[in-house]
Amino acid sequence: MAAAADVFIQRLPEVSARELHVLAVDDSHVDRKVIERLLKISSCKVTVVDSGTRALQYLGLDGGEKNSSIDFDSMKVNLIMTDYSMPGMTGFELLKKIKESSIFREIPVVVMSSENILTRIDSCLEEGAEEFLLKPVKLSDVKRVTDFIMRGEGMKGGKRSQKRRRSVDCIPSLTTELSPLSPSTLASKKSKL
Amino acid sequence: MDKVRLQREAAFIRSSLLDQGYLDEQFIQLEELQDNDNPNFVEEVVTLFYTDSARLIYNIDQALLSNPTDFTKLDDYMHQFKGSCSSIGAKKVKNECNGFGEYCEAQNYDGCFRTFQQIKQEYINLKKKLETYFQPSYDHIYAYYLISPYDLMR
Repeated sequence: MAAAADVFIQRLPEVSARELHVLAVDDSHVDRKVIERLLKISSCKVTVVDSGTRALQYLGLDGGEKNSSIDFDSMKVNLIMTDYSMPGMTGFELLKKIKESSIFREIPVVVMSSENILTRIDSCLEEGAEEFLLKPVKLSDVKRVTDFIMRGEGMKGGKRSQKRRRSVDCIPSLTTELSPLSPSTLASKKSKL
Repeated sequence: MDKVRLQREAAFIRSSLLDQGYLDEQFIQLEELQDNDNPNFVEEVVTLFYTDSARLIYNIDQALLSNPTDFTKLDDYMHQFKGSCSSIGAKKVKNECNGFGEYCEAQNYDGCFRTFQQIKQEYINLKKKLETYFQPSYDHIYAYYLISPYDLMR
């Protein structure tokens, strides 16, 4: 296990060898409590916020004080899980802001929604979401997502996992562009649902 | 011995709630998240649901009193309420919400109003049953059987 942890540190310097730090975003009090428990059982460190605005504040992306250098390590987030339907900033808008950021675009974002709307799912995936989960979210969903992130494998099939494999040789470049998803990759994501 | 009896009654109530469709698979999922360090997780979530959704119920009641009726607002509140119901596995209450959504879309005030009274009824009904389940006591069990004589006949 120790050997694996060492290899892990080499591959993905930003992921702690011990546990993922997940930022969960949901306006529902009940859902925040549940997702927090699901993530803790999946051995993650969890920060829960109730809006997209607060999520951006936490990340330091709110355009206010730029505290990117201070406390960055303690706030280092490895995964963002956000509800789609939220008042003010929707999960989709939050996703876009994160993917537009040169610092945070590499953080995988998972979108959760109670509504199984294909156009919604498509837009999220096209905007760079790692996965779209249907609510109520199950422990098996959370474990699958966190396992993938911990192993450093992308969930986006061919092109994305290639990108991740390159990170074995070098630190992932922040300027590397996400390849557009091929229709077959999108279809395979849909079939998962 | 009394404790065993009460636990057995609680288990019976739980199966009954699941069998009769008051609760669904999601409730069982929540139960699986309990452990020795978090033995009351489900009760905490359900308590949170009832405290939190009281606000939504109030908002919907108020919105139904407003003239003209803001169906968008009603639909929005109901969407939030339905989401919470789904999160705790409150199957019957959640299903009643679907009807409300349809009436909202049709801008049918009477339909919305009537359906909402049914939703509130189911909501309170479930609350009483769950209280009995989480805190079984002879008073509660007696009250539970009074509320649902049908169950006595199973």
